[in-house]
Amino acid sequence: MTDTGYNYAYLDEQTKRMIRRAILKAVAVPGYQVPFAGREMPLPYGWGTGGIQVTAAIIGQDDTLKVIDQGADDTTNAVSIRRFFARTAAVKTTEKTVEATVIQTRHRIPETPLTENQIMVYQVPIPEPLRWMEPRETETRKMHALQEYGVMHVKLYEDIARFGHIATTYDYPVMVNDRYLMAPSPIPKFDNPKLNNSPALQLFGAGREKRIYAVPPYTPVKSLDFTDHPFEVQRWDDCCALCGATDSFLDEVITDDKGGRMYVCSDSDYCGDRRAAGHVGPQGVDADAYQRATAAE
Amino acid sequence: MTMIPQTPLLRVEGLTHYYGSRLGCRDVSFDLYPGEVLGIVGESGSGKSTLLSCLSARQDPSSGRVLYQSRHDGEIDLYRVSEPRRRLLMRTEWGIVHQNPRDGLRMTVSAGANIGERLMAVGARHYGDIRDQAIDWLGRVEISDDRTDDLPRTFSGGMQQRLQIARNLVTQPRLIFMDEPTGGLDVSVQARLLDLLRGLVSSLGLSVIIVTHDLAVARLLAHRLMVMKEGQVVETGLTDQVLDDPHHPYTQLLVSSVLQV
Amino acid sequence: MTNQTNAPRPAVSVRDLEKTFVLHTQGGARLPVFAGLTLDVFPGECVALHGPSGAGKSTLLRSLYANYKPGSGQVLVRHGDSTVDMVSATPHQILAVRRHTMGYVSQFLRVIPRVSTLDIVAEPLITLGTAPEEARARARALLTRLRIAERLWSLAPATFSGGEQQRVNIARGFSVPYPVLLLDEPTASLDAANRATVLELITEAKQRGAAVIGIFHDADARAAVADRLFDVLPVPSQAA
Ligand SMILES: Nc1ncnc2c1ncn2[C@@H]1O[C@H](COP(=O)(O)OP(=O)(O)OP(=O)(O)O)[C@@H](O)[C@H]1O
Ligand SMILES: Nc1ncnc2c1ncn2[C@@H]1O[C@H](COP(=O)(O)OP(=O)(O)OP(=O)(O)O)[C@@H](O)[C@H]1O
Ligand SMILES: [Mg+2]
Ligand SMILES: [Mg+2]
Ligand SMILES: [Zn+2]
Repeated sequence: MTDTGYNYAYLDEQTKRMIRRAILKAVAVPGYQVPFAGREMPLPYGWGTGGIQVTAAIIGQDDTLKVIDQGADDTTNAVSIRRFFARTAAVKTTEKTVEATVIQTRHRIPETPLTENQIMVYQVPIPEPLRWMEPRETETRKMHALQEYGVMHVKLYEDIARFGHIATTYDYPVMVNDRYLMAPSPIPKFDNPKLNNSPALQLFGAGREKRIYAVPPYTPVKSLDFTDHPFEVQRWDDCCALCGATDSFLDEVITDDKGGRMYVCSDSDYCGDRRAAGHVGPQGVDADAYQRATAAE
Repeated sequence: MTMIPQTPLLRVEGLTHYYGSRLGCRDVSFDLYPGEVLGIVGESGSGKSTLLSCLSARQDPSSGRVLYQSRHDGEIDLYRVSEPRRRLLMRTEWGIVHQNPRDGLRMTVSAGANIGERLMAVGARHYGDIRDQAIDWLGRVEISDDRTDDLPRTFSGGMQQRLQIARNLVTQPRLIFMDEPTGGLDVSVQARLLDLLRGLVSSLGLSVIIVTHDLAVARLLAHRLMVMKEGQVVETGLTDQVLDDPHHPYTQLLVSSVLQV
Repeated sequence: MTNQTNAPRPAVSVRDLEKTFVLHTQGGARLPVFAGLTLDVFPGECVALHGPSGAGKSTLLRSLYANYKPGSGQVLVRHGDSTVDMVSATPHQILAVRRHTMGYVSQFLRVIPRVSTLDIVAEPLITLGTAPEEARARARALLTRLRIAERLWSLAPATFSGGEQQRVNIARGFSVPYPVLLLDEPTASLDAANRATVLELITEAKQRGAAVIGIFHDADARAAVADRLFDVLPVPSQAA
């Protein structure tokens, strides 16, 4: 079957069935954290074992897998997860968002709009958005059950009191389907609007805490805010130096040791597509310059 | 001048609680009227805190009933309604002031957020309004507005208690439970807190059930007193009656062991 | 009895009142103070309780106010249109009688920390629903009459002299035009001028129809305001 000596996609069939049952439940109750008996994976927790288990449970030989880490497909983490599934599940892998049927991610949602034929799998480090306020699991469960979410606004209140605006930029809390408060994993709040009414199924797996939750296709997802401090995404004064995009999430890249810097799309696939289509940023189309810049990090 | 017949805010019937086989409190019954302050006094371990927990929906009693006249839905049998209803009640109509401010405050968020949380918990979503109300309440408990963004742990014990009171009162509750709110404070700080409480209770028409071992505190705040011993109420009456003409041997002992109250 | 309908009705009617202290901290010693005590006090009259020290005058006054709990008997008080028995009344009824009907001036002021003199005097009126400004105006007038220096009005009376405290106490007791006034040695520790003012206040209260029951250590004061005396006699102790 595969060249690893393990079962297909590494996990045994019983474990996969158990995870699928958890996924079904998660889909049935959008935003609700379903506990599951997570397995030890041949990777450390920080590497996204929760996401890997979810991917392993849903992936099939017809799938095409894309893995992104910090928006890029070529980091060690992304490469090794892709290689893991290529070997254990014999799937095709890709760096192209449009080609992928399953996209496992940690920090980003692709800029290219998702479709009904795609599934997003998020690797989640801390699934419980209320944890920072309430350390007791019994109590946070009760708070979810009773929709007692007032404390979540306390965090945003503190932001505004301290900084004059909501300074939370990652893992920005959302309400799913007007019912469950959910941590969207450490994606930038820039990506929060993409969660809302997405045509793609979105699955979240937390390995250490053994929780799975989901946002089914076309589910309303609302970022928390105040009426006089409405939710806003990050904006940049610059466009992407390479492709000229003004609508993408930009990373700051140091270009030399004299403090030179430029802004480039964090989604490398998106940026590449745009450049291939002829879009040009202020730093020109020299892909080599970009290569050099990112290699210098 | 005719007496207005009032409905009790709280009716307590045969409230009993055992921790396993150990008695917490037994067969406590009383009515509490709107605007009334009831003091609970008694020796250590006599069941005061147990009773208060059972009254304030924090401890399911072994038996007995607590009936509360709610603002909008008539009388509620506290331990018969669903937990969500009970918790909603605690957020909207009740307040609890703990002896240890750590139990009643969030020490990791600012004073303003501590007050604001109660508002946000009942749906307030306008930052400016929430902050204005928080500052207003800080003022009412005599904490200056330049402390709004400070953490409670930078406050003195008395300030923390006042913050706790503000946090409880901001949502305009009708009934406040207090367990030794002045315990652990030194005398001058106590006096200031008591004075503040007295003013708030009368100006807001609050009903209060306050546990205290300090008879002077009871004298100052409570209209009525309940004296507890070994889990049971041994004497009850108007505060001045109980303190000036105590009948039960235990109450006499309690009163005589204090110099002058 | 039935044809006495137009006879004046007492404001306070004490029936067969009995009070015994049981001192549990002293081996359960029984201290009978009075028994079978009966007394009617009518609107507009002042009755002075009379008897040696320790006879039980203060105990009786406190029992009328339901500060002490008598063992048996009745203390019937005309309270608006109804009659309340202070011995068997509920705490809420007692508080209502104290708010509206019965004023009590104790021998010593019980100081409330941090509350100003003016507010202490105005409080009973405010509790009754009088507008705070009106209540304070009345408080100012009383304090002025009782010669409490204006600079003291905003202070809590904790540091005042005994006589000053007693006058604040009297001002508070006279702030509401209670139909029944209980006065425990109101003129003790006062100078002649202030004593005269207090006697004036009592006379005015009687004129507006108040029933006054007082204890007056000072014979001249007693003679000036009391319409009759009521003897409170020590009960011989039954204790062996
Ligand atoms: N959680 C518990 N488990 C078992 N026993 C308890 C518990 N809490 C209280 N008790 C017992 O119940 C009795 C009443 O305790 P409670 O705390 O109500 O007393 P208290 O009157 O508040 O005393 P204190 O004045 O010391 O606070 C005591 O015997 C106590 O040991
Ligand atoms: N709270 C109390 N507890 C126990 N005994 C009391 C109490 N109050 C008064 N007594 C006792 O009752 C008796 C009557 O006291 P009371 O103060 O009524 O006397 P009195 O006539 O007012 O005397 P005086 O003229 O000295 O003020 C006294 O023996 C007194 O010790
Ligand atoms: Mg306790
Ligand atoms: Mg006396
Ligand atoms: Zn780009």
